[in-house]
Amino acid sequence: MKHFLLATTLIFSAPAAMACETVTIGDLTVEHAWSKATIGAGRPGVFYVEIKNSGTTDDALVGITTPAAGMPMLHETVVQDGIASMPHAMSVPVPAGQSVQLAPGGYHGMLMELTTALKEGDSFPVTLSFEKSGEVTVNVDVLSLRAEGPDCADAGQ
Amino acid sequence: MRLRSLRIILWIAATAAVITFLAVRWWPATDDTATADSAFMPTFALADSEGRMRTTAEFRGKFLLVFFGFTSCPDVCPTTLSEVAQVMDDLGSAAGSVQPIFISIDPERDRRLGLDDYTKAFHPAILALAGSEEDTKSAAASFKIFYEQEADTSSPDGYTMAHSPSLYLIGPDGEWLRQFTYGTSAAEIVSDLLTRL
Repeated sequence: MKHFLLATTLIFSAPAAMACETVTIGDLTVEHAWSKATIGAGRPGVFYVEIKNSGTTDDALVGITTPAAGMPMLHETVVQDGIASMPHAMSVPVPAGQSVQLAPGGYHGMLMELTTALKEGDSFPVTLSFEKSGEVTVNVDVLSLRAEGPDCADAGQ
Repeated sequence: MRLRSLRIILWIAATAAVITFLAVRWWPATDDTATADSAFMPTFALADSEGRMRTTAEFRGKFLLVFFGFTSCPDVCPTTLSEVAQVMDDLGSAAGSVQPIFISIDPERDRRLGLDDYTKAFHPAILALAGSEEDTKSAAASFKIFYEQEADTSSPDGYTMAHSPSLYLIGPDGEWLRQFTYGTSAAEIVSDLLTRL
């Protein structure tokens, strides 16, 4: 019976990948951290995440660090007058009572100087630095090259 | 009575002349995307990953789904290439009539990093082209797209590329059909293509 319970627990916990884990720091909730597989280590990887600020004070994501990349930076994809460019974002605002997404076509972490190619199924930690709340580390799931986001039960808001 | 008829005819003629004048005067100005211009036939002559010259002429009879991008682009280009890959999967047996083409606007670096392994990782049907700077400029001008290298110390090698992120659909006779703006879903593109195939 004990084994059966253990097995059941493992079966049900297995599909809930780490991208679906939730980490909190102060009033901030950080979840759905994911990345895409890369072809080799010569091209930058990408980092996406959702941050919810349930407090009453505005905060901002001011930087990211990870052992997976020598030069991780925040960028924003901007499509203006039919031209896509990708300016460096000094910080990503996380206003009080709001959620912000680093997601395809918008803010994203660009992971340059990858230490190794990112393979689907791998995971790596990323430490997010917030202006007010401080630092928090999340585990990032590497999804397929063609993934549009993690498949979490509560995702897709 | 006869004078009245003549007056009406003259008024009609005058109105028609004004309309014609306005149409000729304003039509090109209000529609310079050229989607309605059946004579717009953008062309390219660019090297593939093996150095062979590929031109628009060899693809007559097929629909071309053309995208300009660069392989060091972590967000926009993989998103679009993923959509294109999904389109090719979803077209099923009709996929043979569509040739997706990725044109590098950062050809020197992309040749160095490897073109084919990049696009093939999204879908084996995608043809990657990276010509000389000159040929790339000509292709972009022919498609009326914009691209520009921007100095950026926060990007690999100290620069990034700004570019038009749309997908362009070229018909079997080489004529421009339409563009799909960045973010158009694979399902929308597939349903558009299926009405044409």
